[in-house]
Amino acid sequence: MARVIMKGNEAIAKAAIVGGCRYFMGYPITPQNEIPEYLSRELPKVGGTFIQAESEVAAINMVYGAGASGARVMTSSSSPGIALKQEGIGYLVHGEVPAVIVSMMRGGPALGTIQPAQSDYFQAKYGGSNGDKHLPVLIPGNIQEAVDAVKYAFEMADHYRHPVIVCCDGLIGQMMEPVDFDHPVEIKSKQDPTEWALGCSKPGTRNFIYGISDDAPDCERRNIKNFEGKYAEMAATEARWEEYMIDDAEYAMVGYGTTARILRTAVQELRKEGIKIGLIRPKTAWPFPEAPFLNPNIKKFIVGEMSMGQMVEDVKLACGDKSKVAFYGRCGGMIPTPEEFIDYAKKVIGGAN
Amino acid sequence: MGKTYKISCAGFGGQGVMSMGQLLTYAGMEEGKEVTWVPSYGPEMRGGTANCSVTVSDEPIGSPVFDNGITTCIAMNVPSYRKYVDKVAPGGDLFINSSIIHDEVTRTDINVYKVPVNDIADELGNQKLVNIIMLGAVVEVTKIVSPETILHKAFLKLFGAGKAKLIPANEKALARGAEAVKDQIK
Repeated sequence: MARVIMKGNEAIAKAAIVGGCRYFMGYPITPQNEIPEYLSRELPKVGGTFIQAESEVAAINMVYGAGASGARVMTSSSSPGIALKQEGIGYLVHGEVPAVIVSMMRGGPALGTIQPAQSDYFQAKYGGSNGDKHLPVLIPGNIQEAVDAVKYAFEMADHYRHPVIVCCDGLIGQMMEPVDFDHPVEIKSKQDPTEWALGCSKPGTRNFIYGISDDAPDCERRNIKNFEGKYAEMAATEARWEEYMIDDAEYAMVGYGTTARILRTAVQELRKEGIKIGLIRPKTAWPFPEAPFLNPNIKKFIVGEMSMGQMVEDVKLACGDKSKVAFYGRCGGMIPTPEEFIDYAKKVIGGAN
Repeated sequence: MGKTYKISCAGFGGQGVMSMGQLLTYAGMEEGKEVTWVPSYGPEMRGGTANCSVTVSDEPIGSPVFDNGITTCIAMNVPSYRKYVDKVAPGGDLFINSSIIHDEVTRTDINVYKVPVNDIADELGNQKLVNIIMLGAVVEVTKIVSPETILHKAFLKLFGAGKAKLIPANEKALARGAEAVKDQIK
């Protein structure tokens, strides 16, 4: 299929349908409203069901139900709306229920602003629900990657029987760009729904999904049996990143999402001045790609975010030397310019030499 | 290095600034270029002004948002003109809706093109054509995309085949816009 131009939110919604999603439950919030708007119109045409729930809490628990019966199901929201879904996300993890959650970040805390931000990296990665858990988080850098991420998130969700989060700054949702829905993503093996999904069991057998453990030994046994293996597999195989002009670089800008595009422009400008600088762009927040931060040639990792500094903590952990890590961010819905990053990088590099 | 156009379209809601930007975006893609379109959204839109930022480039696009360094600025009303005039890159092009913007441009390091789009639209008998008239002027001067691509490809992609009957009126509007700036091209 040829490339078509679409608004990011609509492209994400269409990618869900292309990726096999037939159920969507959500509650409106800017800047992601075009996702439910598109799906309310398009899901019924493919035999799917769209429900505008009475609240975010209701929506995530409807997702729990649809996912528990083996359906491909998605919900989407933005910052304060994702905050409301946290309890349900914990139940999805514990019940090993596949689901895709799109988080379209806006300024915060609380209701904040409706402008783009990246201050929910921690929220996506660590969440607000209790218990031992990891949430796989995909952090696409443009609309094509957001489309691919949604399609792949359904593959991951079914393969691991686990909720998967696609986390974008609001600008990815609001902007338009050419996109190709036939761009292939890896197809992963899927567990047989007759073995686990409600209403799908073989004659004479019953499937159960639990939200509680009988006692402490049972809870520990279940955690180790159900989660240790899949977290290890995810950690070993799911980290993704892209490098740009890193081969001869002495310095590296680090950023994700729209910020990485802005940093890329900054890198191009700094290269014109002879500064050996490149860009490391993580495409997953968990598992976080550690390998690019072990590069011994890089003197400073200069991290840029639309937040007061969240992914920068992962960069410090990954490179193991926080003196090599510098940070510049804008927050609250403000978008940094390439010039701001260029000025900051020059200050850092000037100090390093 | 190929050319990168950073285009700001701004005006009142209803002047078609969003669709003007989208037509450039679709036409750019049809001509094999890299394109991005970023709208303003939120409270400022409810204040009556709307704007979008379009990038059309021969290379992969880095930052899709830009504050300064506008190569092609389209101001459809007075608030937009006053907001953007100082953000145009030296050597850049500024297109003014001279039917309603009467400010005297003091910058001498940019090219200013005055297009009385409301007056031309009156002559054509349809005020809805103001954005297309302006677009005709913009592509005549800048050659970002060809008017044929806008008319025969982008227009149908954006508005759907059902709007094909409107093509002759839009063709006339593009031509009148182009005609309005012919004598101003430096």
